[in-house]
Formats: sequence, C-alpha cells, structure tokens
Amino acid sequence: MNSLAMAGKPTEVLELRGVTKRFGGITACKDLTFHIREGQIMGLIGPNGAGKTTAFNLITGVYGVTEGSIIYNDQIINGKRPDQIVRIGIARTFQNIRLFKNLSVLDNVCIAVDCHETYLLGAACLRLGNVRKREKAIQEQAMEYLAAVGLEDRASVRANSMPYGYQRKLEIARALALKPKLLLLDEPAAGMNPEESLELAKLIRILHERFRLTTLLIEHHMDVVMSLCEKIYVMNFGVKLAEGSAEEIQSDPEVLRAYLGEGYKRAEHP
Amino acid sequence: MTQYLSGILSLGLIYVIATVGLAVFTGFTGLFSLGHAAFFAIGAYTAAILTYFYGVNFYLALAAAGVMSGLVGFLIGYPTLKAKLRTDYFAIATLGFGEATRVLLENLSITQGARGLPGITNYTTLPVIIVIAALVIWVAWNFVHSRHGRAAIAIREDFVAAEMMGVNIFIGRLRSLIFSAACGGIAGGLFAHYFCFIQPSMFTAYMSTQLTAAVVAGGMGSISGPVMAALIFIGVPELLRVANIWRLVAYGLLLVLIMIFRPQGLLGYREISLSGIRDFFARFRKGARS
Ligand SMILES: Nc1ncnc2c1ncn2[C@@H]1O[C@H](COP(=O)(O)OP(=O)(O)OP(=O)(O)O)[C@@H](O)[C@H]1O
Ligand SMILES: [Mg+2]
Repeated sequence: MNSLAMAGKPTEVLELRGVTKRFGGITACKDLTFHIREGQIMGLIGPNGAGKTTAFNLITGVYGVTEGSIIYNDQIINGKRPDQIVRIGIARTFQNIRLFKNLSVLDNVCIAVDCHETYLLGAACLRLGNVRKREKAIQEQAMEYLAAVGLEDRASVRANSMPYGYQRKLEIARALALKPKLLLLDEPAAGMNPEESLELAKLIRILHERFRLTTLLIEHHMDVVMSLCEKIYVMNFGVKLAEGSAEEIQSDPEVLRAYLGEGYKRAEHP
Repeated sequence: MTQYLSGILSLGLIYVIATVGLAVFTGFTGLFSLGHAAFFAIGAYTAAILTYFYGVNFYLALAAAGVMSGLVGFLIGYPTLKAKLRTDYFAIATLGFGEATRVLLENLSITQGARGLPGITNYTTLPVIIVIAALVIWVAWNFVHSRHGRAAIAIREDFVAAEMMGVNIFIGRLRSLIFSAACGGIAGGLFAHYFCFIQPSMFTAYMSTQLTAAVVAGGMGSISGPVMAALIFIGVPELLRVANIWRLVAYGLLLVLIMIFRPQGLLGYREISLSGIRDFFARFRKGARS
C-alpha cells in the first residue's frame, strides 16, 4: 500500500458511501459520501448539531449505520464493534473528554498500549515467563506516547486532576498508543484560546507526520482547520454543504451563509 | 480460647477468599452480583459430594469445586453479559440465579435436599486455609495488575472509551466473572470441609449481600481493602457473639460508620502499601502536633 502511494497512485484509506443515520425521527447524517487519501489531513466542519460527531460514531462502530457503507482499506467495516475497528487501525478522541478519570495518566495510556499486547491470563495470574518484562515494556511505551504530547512529567497524576487542555492531549496520546493508521480527532482544541489552539495545531501536524497518520479532524476553530487541512467537508443539518480546499470553502457562499450570524470564528462550547 | 480464635480466623479467611473473588468482579468491572452465595454453594456441594460419595482426594475436590463454579459462572455470564444488561438488571439477574440455585439444591437427590449433607470429613485446617487464601490473594493481585485487570478497570471507568481502546467488553466482564465464581467455589469447598455439614439454607441472599457489602465497604478497585473488610465483618460479629442480638446491631453500625466516614470504602481504588502507611502516620503526627 505504501509503495503504491509512493508510486504516485493515491490510496483511499477511508470512504463513506451514502451513509445515513436516523435516530427515530431525527436524521443526524444523510447520504454522507466522501473519502480520505492516505497521509491527508481532512477537516469535517459544520455548525452545532450538524452531525459531525455522529459521523465519527458511525465510523468507529459506536452506532450502526441506517443506510450506506463505510469502507476502510477496501474492507466494509460497518457492522463491526468498536474494539474490532480499533484493531484494524482506526482510533479516535472524544469531544466530551472520556478519560479513565480515576486512573493515573500513565495507566490511561497503558490501557491503550495493551491493545497490541498478547500475554495470556494464565501467565499474568501466575507471573510466568516474561510477564514482568512485558509489563515494563508497556509502561515504557506508554511513557513515549506521553512524551510525544508533552505530558511525560504528569505520568503519575490522576487523569481528571489535570486542566482541560492537558486532558485533551492525554486523549490524543491514548489514541496514538493504539497505533492507528487513521486518527479521528473530535474538537481537540475545544475550550482553548486562539494561541493554545494554534499550538495544538502545530502538535497535530508534528504527530501526523511522525506517526505517518491519516487524520480526520472535527474542529470549530477555523484557524486550526484552515492551517491544517488540505481538504474540508462541510456539513449542515446532517447533509453535505460543501467540499473542497480551504480556499474554496472560505469563499463558498453556502458555507458563509450557514455560518453567518454565528460569527466566523465561533466562541467555544463545552 | 485459641481454638475459638482460630475458628474465627478460619471462617474469616474462607470469606476472604470469596470476597477477593467478588472484588475482582464487582470492584474492578463495576458490575454487582447479588447471587455470589450460589457459587459458594456450588463449590461446597461439588467438593463435598466428591469426597463424601466418591472418596476423591480433598485437594482434587477443591480444584473441581473451583472449576465447577467457574463453569457455572460462564453459563450464567454468557447470556447476561452478551446481552449487555444494564448494571441494575444484571444485579437482579444474579439475585434470581442465587435463589434458583438454592431451590435446586433443596430438590436434588444427590444433595439430599433440605436435609443437607452431614458427616463430611474435616479436611480443612487453619494452615490449609491460610495457604490457599494467600495463594488466591496473590493470583488476584497479579490478575488486576496485568493487562487483563487494566481492561476490567477500563470497563468500569467508562465502557464506551474502553471499547474504543480495543477492549472487548463482553470478554473482559466474563473473564472476571469466571475468576470470581471459581474463587467462590474454592471458598465453598473449604467451608464444607470445615463445618463438616452443609445444607442449602446456609447459602442465602444474606450471604451474597454480606460478600457484596465487604467489597463495597472495603473499597471498589482494591484487593487489600475487601480483605480487611471481610475479616472485620466476620470477626467483629463473631467476637460479639456473647453480646447476642446486639452483634447484628454492631454489624449494622459498622456498615453505617464506614458509609459515613469512608463512602469510597476503606481503601477505595487504593491498596495497603508501606509508603501509604508511613504517609498516614506522618499526617497523623502532624495533625496531633498542630
Ligand atoms: N444517540 C442519539 N440519539 C438521538 N439523537 C442523537 C444522538 N446522537 C446525536 N443525536 C442528534 O443528532 C444530531 C447531530 O448530533 P452530533 O452530535 O453529531 O452533532 P455535531 O455536529 O457533533 O455537533 P457539535 O458541534 O455540537 O458537536 C443532533 O440533532 C443530535 O441531537
Ligand atoms: Mg460533536
């Protein structure tokens, strides 16, 4: 796959074909169709309630699709459980931070590193063989992911004792520890001021390159979206409003109308 | 007198084994079982029937008790955990399971119904209990401090996030349930060969509640806390047996006091450690001086 990409033929990592999700009478997503190429950073934007988070929930198997199909690396993945989807290489963060609150920062990441660990229950219970060594390796790996987002000094504090900004970074570290190929970030800069969010944008770019990711990003801070994303998909009321490059989106009359009155750079909500 | 104390310790440690098992399930996956006495009973009857009717070696019978209870844990857990019952519904399902097991034991011929099994050989001695309790605590400790234990904790903390960390919720919960059922079975086997007489009315919802109370009072997410709580819950009422009906009052009072002063349990989400004890006394001294 990598060699194909190098040979110049772009590979589609993720593709949505006519994906629709209804909750009773509400159509949260309607006929979503888009794809992301390997190595791209793509933005998914739209006003509140547009269906962005629902799209993430569909891709990661939290909800089943009502219609349509989701294809990851030529494989239909709708119908799979979230834990199966993680194992084939898709990781995400949550808009409403979902850390393991009472656990240490390090343990939060260890749980993610465990995803690719294989020692068995019997060996664990009797501390047989290399379990001790494996445990040490897990912790070391977790520390590396913490260092990647700059949280290595906080490894032993309780996750929910940290300020929001750090908790969001921990969510990213935890997602990276799953060794994904496709990373879904749901409003990673929520609650940050413009300065902090631009710094975060830089970090996302660095991580994207270092871990050779394909990234799909939901974000309300437009400067973050515009500085990171080569392709943007705009949603409103569950349907596609526009799709294109940052410049195309910024000058699209439909998009401007949808955002009008809300202000272009919107105040953040929790 | 020493015999009296060793009796209390024996009973206390048998409860510790069952409580530690339950702690691995309830304390680490967050699901409540209100029928754990059933696993205790199944272990007691399995081991007793094997040694009593078939002359099987005691230790083999104990192992069989653990396996049998674990197997039943699997059979109960498979449909209920697969269905992802809400925690309160799951608790009610286990309550029903506990009662159904008791009724079954009262009506089977091999268990001799409500009359019970008298004359079981007294194989369970204090040293045997101590060794097995230590072993069970060690194994449980290793379990919860492994990747499998972390998966269970992740499920307890936030099962949506856990699933997104690649944790299979069904397997994670089922694994803990089987482990805890097996511990209950071993405790039951020891119990049967300690009292030398078992009957279904010994394994009521009261016993299940007592086990769950020990886990909650000892602290969710802890092994050492429930161990202490189990010893206290068995020890204090037994020591107060002279006070007759007042011991139940004392027992209730103990629970209320713990809930008021330590709502997270004696050791919620923590373990006894030397440094922790040092810190505690350091704080204590500082408090006394100021
Ligand atoms: N589980 C659910 N049950 C019922 N309705 C839901 C559910 N999840 C989402 N919705 C509805 O679907 C619509 C889209 O919600 P979604 O969370 O995807 O929006 P969003 O684009 O992420 O918005 P925001 O910017 O506020 O995060 C909303 O009307 C919401 O109320
Ligand atoms: Mg959202």
